[in-house]
Amino acid sequence: MRLALREALLAFRRAPMLSALSVTTIAFSLFAFGLFGLVALNIRNALRNVEDRVEIRAFVADGTSAEATSAALGDIGAFPEAASVRLVTQGQALDRARRELGEFSDVFEEGILPASIEVRLKPGFRDPATVRAVAKRIEVYDFVDDIRFGEEWVEKLHRLRNIATLAGVALGLTFAIVAIIIIGSTIRMAVLARAREIAIMRLVGATNGFVRAPFLIEGFLKGTLGGGLALVLAWLALAVINRFVVQASFFDPWMGAVGVVAGACLGLAGSAMSVGRHLQKV
Amino acid sequence: MIRFSHVHKSFARTGVALEDVSFQVNKGEFVFITGPSGAGKSTILKLCFFEERPTKGEVKVYGLSSAAYRNVDVPKLRRRLGIVFQDFRLLEDRNVEANVAFALEVTGAPPSQVGPRVSRLLAQVGLGAKATALPRELSGGEQQRVAIARALANDPVVLVADEPTGNLDERATRGIFQLFRDINASGTAVLMATHDLDLVRRAGCRTIEINRGQMVFDSASDGGFRPSAPAEAMEDDE
Ligand SMILES: Nc1ncnc2c1ncn2[C@@H]1O[C@H](COP(=O)(O)OP(=O)(O)O)[C@@H](O)[C@H]1O
Ligand SMILES: [Mg+2]
Repeated sequence: MRLALREALLAFRRAPMLSALSVTTIAFSLFAFGLFGLVALNIRNALRNVEDRVEIRAFVADGTSAEATSAALGDIGAFPEAASVRLVTQGQALDRARRELGEFSDVFEEGILPASIEVRLKPGFRDPATVRAVAKRIEVYDFVDDIRFGEEWVEKLHRLRNIATLAGVALGLTFAIVAIIIIGSTIRMAVLARAREIAIMRLVGATNGFVRAPFLIEGFLKGTLGGGLALVLAWLALAVINRFVVQASFFDPWMGAVGVVAGACLGLAGSAMSVGRHLQKV
Repeated sequence: MIRFSHVHKSFARTGVALEDVSFQVNKGEFVFITGPSGAGKSTILKLCFFEERPTKGEVKVYGLSSAAYRNVDVPKLRRRLGIVFQDFRLLEDRNVEANVAFALEVTGAPPSQVGPRVSRLLAQVGLGAKATALPRELSGGEQQRVAIARALANDPVVLVADEPTGNLDERATRGIFQLFRDINASGTAVLMATHDLDLVRRAGCRTIEINRGQMVFDSASDGGFRPSAPAEAMEDDE
């Protein structure tokens, strides 16, 4: 094991250019992946913020008794999907309209705006289908005149998020494959550069595991270094974006660690692939 | 030690390389394999260290049979063999010492034993003074001595050599051959392929002759062979 580690480190010294090249290619493919991850992360965060505001508003007919509305409030509040339910009286609706419209507030007269029941949903129940189903159940009350829940907008939001997730997964997989191929071929170059040495090792009785070990360690180290470098690059890119474009958030430490481990795994996978193929051939 | 039983070997592109080859090499024997270029000598040696497997028949080396072995058995077998080639096959970027140590490290020898063992091996092949030289700084004969030291590293029961003197001049050839004789005298069997008939004739050892993939002669089973000179005559030639 110590010997294998020494050999792996020696490989860096023997071919510093090639090693630097493979580390940077790993770094750049992971960096591209990471950038996309950051975009997806921030879109998701933004969507979650918007989604928090998803709300069903049921307008209450004039002259509905207070008992009827409060009974309905109790019922709706007991829906498993409901996070909060509250009644906005005519007076409160008017106040709100006046506040929002400022100088035009005079156009509103007492009683012109209906009272409404406003329902917010728990996270996980804010998708269009659930929102519509809940709205339907509220609509059955006789005193409900009209119900709004921003149908198109909830749907658009969701479509956007689905596209973002799908694109993220597709691009992520593509980048992962590209990274494996790049690492595979750099290790392959290293393997070919040492084909003679490998042949001699096998002649004097080295096991395949022994031959493989230094290359696996080399791939692992390069992958880890590449992953770390990618993380640094992503962080720098984010700093630039934060400074000049928008405030965006970075991976939490866990995700960062996952990124570095992903680099290590890519490195291992790539080198295992090329060494395995070489050993099978000779 | 080594037993070929009705061994056939053919290659996809070049066709038949060996046809019905049978012979046996016993413990401590010195055996030449001769024949013109392309006869199949190298193929026989490759079969010995399981780099090739026979198309038909069986090769049995130190208990391992080509008819039934697992891939993990091959490295174990090779540690019991010493293998030497015409082109030395040294690692150019490592010095003499490191080239010999390599064979020990590969087999997981304890590091504390590698140094002293390498010194002893280099002394045995007469290169004690060149331990830190690089292969390119050595003559062909010296490079082959390094390869032999490496082949001896794991105390082989048999030394398999493919034209070990093919790249050497007359004088170096004699020196290397004498080294093989010394190694053989201490109990290690030697199987050496060569097309140097002079060398074979003077040595007076058992000789197997191959031509176009077929065994045409084995002095062990043919009473007609008489060495033209005893092996000791080698020194007189120097
Ligand atoms: N790896 C191989 N692939 C195809 N043909 C081969 C291979 N090795 C040897 N041969 C063929 O087998 C025959 C014997 O070759 P070889 O054993 O190298 O002869 P020698 O060592 O006596 O000169 C030749 O005709 C050669 O072309
Ligand atoms: Mg040959």
